[in-house]
Amino acid sequence: MDWNLLLTQFMNGLQLGLLLFLLASGLTLIFGIMDFINLSHGSFYMLGAYFCGSVVARGGSFLTGILVALVGAFIIGAIVEWVIARRLYREDHLDHVLVTFGLILIFDTLVHIIWGPAGMAIPLPDFLNGQITLGTLVLPIYRLVIILGGLLVAGILSIMVTRSRLGMLIRAGASNRTMVEALGVNIHRLFLVVFAIGAAMSAFAGMLIAPITEASIGMGNEIIIIAFVVVIVGGIGSIKGAFYAAIIIGLMDTLGRSYLDDLLKVFMSVHHAETAAPALSSMLVYILMAVVLAFRPQGLFPPAGAR
Amino acid sequence: MLELAGVETFYGSIQALFGMTLRAEEGKVTTLIGRNGMGKTTTVGSILGIVPCRSGQITFLGDRIDGKPAYQVAQHGIGLVPEGRQVFPNLSVRENLMATATNFAGLDDPWTLDRMLDFFPALKERLGNMGSQLSGGEQQMLSIGRALMLNPLLLILDEATEGLAPLIRREIWKRLDLLKQSGLTILLIDKNIEELNRIADHHHIIEKGRVVWSGSPAELQANPGLKMQYLGI
Repeated sequence: MDWNLLLTQFMNGLQLGLLLFLLASGLTLIFGIMDFINLSHGSFYMLGAYFCGSVVARGGSFLTGILVALVGAFIIGAIVEWVIARRLYREDHLDHVLVTFGLILIFDTLVHIIWGPAGMAIPLPDFLNGQITLGTLVLPIYRLVIILGGLLVAGILSIMVTRSRLGMLIRAGASNRTMVEALGVNIHRLFLVVFAIGAAMSAFAGMLIAPITEASIGMGNEIIIIAFVVVIVGGIGSIKGAFYAAIIIGLMDTLGRSYLDDLLKVFMSVHHAETAAPALSSMLVYILMAVVLAFRPQGLFPPAGAR
Repeated sequence: MLELAGVETFYGSIQALFGMTLRAEEGKVTTLIGRNGMGKTTTVGSILGIVPCRSGQITFLGDRIDGKPAYQVAQHGIGLVPEGRQVFPNLSVRENLMATATNFAGLDDPWTLDRMLDFFPALKERLGNMGSQLSGGEQQMLSIGRALMLNPLLLILDEATEGLAPLIRREIWKRLDLLKQSGLTILLIDKNIEELNRIADHHHIIEKGRVVWSGSPAELQANPGLKMQYLGI
């Protein structure tokens, strides 16, 4: 067995997991507290990449790009909540899906108009572009940056949710929204802040991955589906659940794609294994979701006391 | 201090309050009594704006509060201890007390966490426990404490002692006596007429969504027919 390859794939899985967490943590709060299904959450992922890319293309530094993208996504997230989402909380989930699908089309088209149909490559600054060699192991620095950045944000978020007053109100709102309001808290303002923070985290994920994949129209639309799987598997409204589910699913998806055929070859013919593995590996995360829904419909780590 | 005039409230197309008219005087304990399903909790919901009334007027310290969202009503200085206690199960006792703590009314000598723990010493040992891990009595103390931490001018208790063991009830009544002595205005709902008679200044009997009788505890005592007819005791 090639241990270098395994470790590389493991790092790739971890990286995907952390990106998924950045998306899913916002999604799970918005879903869990506001009971709002936001398909367009992936659009902020795309916007983050384009904002950052534009700054870099105009000669700004990558770090400036990150800052601009975070602030930009926060503001656009706040506007979307203020103008659109707020009117829909009381409506049916189907309405959420229809409206936010419409938002995806609008954002995709706006990006097309502003930045053109081609993708946008984002060159990395030199200090992030190198590789680290550990013995026989070669690791790209930027992969480590993504992993550390993801862990850092996960840590900050976890402290915010467990320690700060905003976090207390978010958790209280997830369990009993009416009571939070009856105790004098403007729940609309709370929702606005949660929505905007979620948008900024989604954008952060998008700009982290963009130097590897480049920014492109619709880049958020594939990952948002898996992010929803993460939310369901982790337990709706649970940051902790989103974290563990994202890591599990990131690893499962990446390792499944590279090793499932070897695994299948153990108990079926090479020909069959090579046919079945690609089909099966792309289904793996959905199979996991189906199993979780069948045996633990509240998710792996449902928020305590959620009803 | 608080005044309801001709309040009508509906759940969808079903009317629950039929011209509810009552008042709570500053510094007094006012009660709502009556059988289940007669509109006591709906009245509380209408005051807070949780179940907005369709017509009628609600004023608090001279300000119209009907039609305002719940958070704004609370910010006028109304603290709610809701039916079923409704502590936040996924927050610790400390967090339950602190998450919404404030001083909207700008009281000079506001409640603090320390003062609250002296007032309800039972909560001191439970500070790190989750709301869901508390006994019913502890939850009720926490719910009252949480409302007091808003430093309200009016405290509304919907079912102050329902479902609690006798010893705990006595404890809660003692605390309510202290709150009354401190001059806090209280709107109280409970089924224990004896205790209510002791603490209350004014009763309202509620029947089918309106006040059918109001008067002092002495007047209620002097009129056993009322209790029989409206309270079933």
